[in-house]
Amino acid sequence: MSALLPPSERIWGNHPLDKVEGTWIAIALVWCLFMFFMMPYWHVFGKQNYAGEAYRTTPAVYSAKVEKMVEAHTVRKETALDIPVVRPPAGSDVYLAGRLWSWYPALELEKDQTYRLHISSLDWQHGFSLQPINVNAQVVPGYEMVLTITPDKSGEYTIICNEFCGALHHTMMGKIYVVDR
Amino acid sequence: MSELFRTCPRSGLVFHKAAESLIKFNAVTAVVFLAVGGVLGLLVVMTRWPAVHLLSADLFYQVLTGHGIIMLLVWIIFFEMAVLYFCSSTLLRCRLATPRFAWLGYVLMLGGAAITGVAILQGGSSVMMTSYVPMPAAPHFYLGLILFAVGALIGCFVFLGTLVVAKNERTYEGSIPLVTFGALTACIIAIFTIASGAIILIPTFLWSVGYISNIDPLMYRVIWWAMGHSSQQINVAAHVSVWYAIAAIVFGARPMSERVSRGAFLLYILFLQLASAHHILVDPGVGTEWKIFNTSYAMYLAVLASMVHGLTVPGSIEVAQREKGYTNGMFEWLRKAPWGNPVFSGMFISLVGFGFLGGITGVVMGTEQINLIIHNTIYVPGHFHPTVVLGTTLAFMALCYFLVPVLFRRELFLPGLAKWQTYLFGGGTALMSLFMMGAGTLGVARRHWDMAFSGAPFSFEFGGAAYMMMGLTGIFGVISVIGGAAFVIVIVGTILLGKKIEDKSEYSTARPAVLPMAPPAPANTGTGFIAPGTFALAVVFLATFVVYYFLNWMYLSSVWPMK
Repeated sequence: MSALLPPSERIWGNHPLDKVEGTWIAIALVWCLFMFFMMPYWHVFGKQNYAGEAYRTTPAVYSAKVEKMVEAHTVRKETALDIPVVRPPAGSDVYLAGRLWSWYPALELEKDQTYRLHISSLDWQHGFSLQPINVNAQVVPGYEMVLTITPDKSGEYTIICNEFCGALHHTMMGKIYVVDR
Repeated sequence: MSELFRTCPRSGLVFHKAAESLIKFNAVTAVVFLAVGGVLGLLVVMTRWPAVHLLSADLFYQVLTGHGIIMLLVWIIFFEMAVLYFCSSTLLRCRLATPRFAWLGYVLMLGGAAITGVAILQGGSSVMMTSYVPMPAAPHFYLGLILFAVGALIGCFVFLGTLVVAKNERTYEGSIPLVTFGALTACIIAIFTIASGAIILIPTFLWSVGYISNIDPLMYRVIWWAMGHSSQQINVAAHVSVWYAIAAIVFGARPMSERVSRGAFLLYILFLQLASAHHILVDPGVGTEWKIFNTSYAMYLAVLASMVHGLTVPGSIEVAQREKGYTNGMFEWLRKAPWGNPVFSGMFISLVGFGFLGGITGVVMGTEQINLIIHNTIYVPGHFHPTVVLGTTLAFMALCYFLVPVLFRRELFLPGLAKWQTYLFGGGTALMSLFMMGAGTLGVARRHWDMAFSGAPFSFEFGGAAYMMMGLTGIFGVISVIGGAAFVIVIVGTILLGKKIEDKSEYSTARPAVLPMAPPAPANTGTGFIAPGTFALAVVFLATFVVYYFLNWMYLSSVWPMK
């Protein structure tokens, strides 16, 4: 019962350890250090990272940037709600807003081109969740995240919301169309 | 004032009367909340099961908020108060410090839970457990949580005070036992946790009543999670202590090395509460270096600690079993363990489930870049159910099967049901969690009412595999709830209907005998490992860990390049 009793040594730091423990601690420590260094390694040599680029903003300022892009680059409107589909120039800054309860606007991007995708919320917190490749990011009002993306496969991608944002959270949806040049 | 103690003739435990009442009340209150939270859990899982889709959206979010708060905070922290009082007063054979303050803490916790409960029931506070600003809840939603935390803080100080009393009155020789040391670890992490909670919830309460105009949502997330995640680290320290206690109770096992086990607890104190970062890995506005250092608990030193406990707890059981003569082969000690005793089976399923399902997935999803393909998917609850339900809740259930008969002096009610309960609950929860993780890998969101997105302007359909996984989540979730109900039936039945044990342990004012030091362990004279079977299992664990870790890097490397 000695886990329930004071240890037999008055100074517990003197209690010897068996080689099974010593061996395991050494193996586990090596694995832990490996996993730690894997993260900086991937920042240098891996292709999928978020480097942390972000700016403070306000819903009003951010909304103006989105509208400016929508006015300049809308190519068509979709659904009964006339949701604009925006095709910004390759390599440009693209602004996506999360709001109750939609991702605005829909985007059309070229395959293998790099875009600076800005994401922010105009009201509460939202969860950017790009399907079916399942890439996720937290969208926080007051902060403008910049994710530099290079879509490498064409097709229709869907943005759902995966941070709870109220009653119609499940209807919050947007689109990114990736097209061949 | 003379203090009353009794010695339990079956277990040899010494109960201080005031502490005994507090342990009983806190533990029973905890079990009542577990039952309520279980019903809410059933409603949640029946709604996420696509073929059933039971509740309306509003009701679902309301029920999910209640389920999260009751299970993650109320049930567990009430039970942890019982564990703290047990590990101080009972294990050290010492009077509890200031029982009146302990009762004040109890009343505040109960009142706080009730106030937050009313706020959720009123419907205006369906904000999930995390209550991320700027989504507003009613002011009393936050107020109840603050009162609950103050009550828990008082309990922590009563625990610390009791350690001081035991030391001053010399009720034990040498150092405090390992299990008490683990409880002290939990208590220290709890104080950090509650301080973080106060720092964020008090301003949020003031914001909700209009005294503060704005709470920065990112600051909220960073500090809230210093409470939200650290409170789960209280659980880890507490349930690891319970594992050690049960190994001692069932097998008479002694810790393999006090230095190693206590050193691992010290690593928890130093690093485990860095985990706030796990929730901020794909947030804007937080630096990469901060994310990497914090999400890895400073180079995974707290993960190292858990891997150490994962070896030393079964290792100590193996050593004890081998000394009893179960020495054939690598695993006779394990095969001949008392698998029909729910105290043991519950503890062992908790250990394996926490390690393989909760631990590995926690480290993988807490890897900064891998979090990109997991954040906020249903993989996340698929991870924390094995930690909090298999790990903590099942360990506490196992402890109850030992402690409730001892405290209430009654035989276990329906022991046959108790024997199966740990398997039903453990198996159901493990499989439910596995399928949640599978669905999360395919992109299904957590905290989401409708994976078919009815009413959305565009359409999107998850594949058949995702639907199948969510269906299986539903089926095994229901089995898990049935297992939980069996536990509640056995425990409540024991308290109300269990056969009384006439054990002649009367309260007396005589001072209990001083708790002696453990006899020294015999030296290991062999040349090999003292616990070869456990080492082999640990290697299997590591291999699973490595394979699963790289599998997720492989998934990550297949998505769009981004930076």
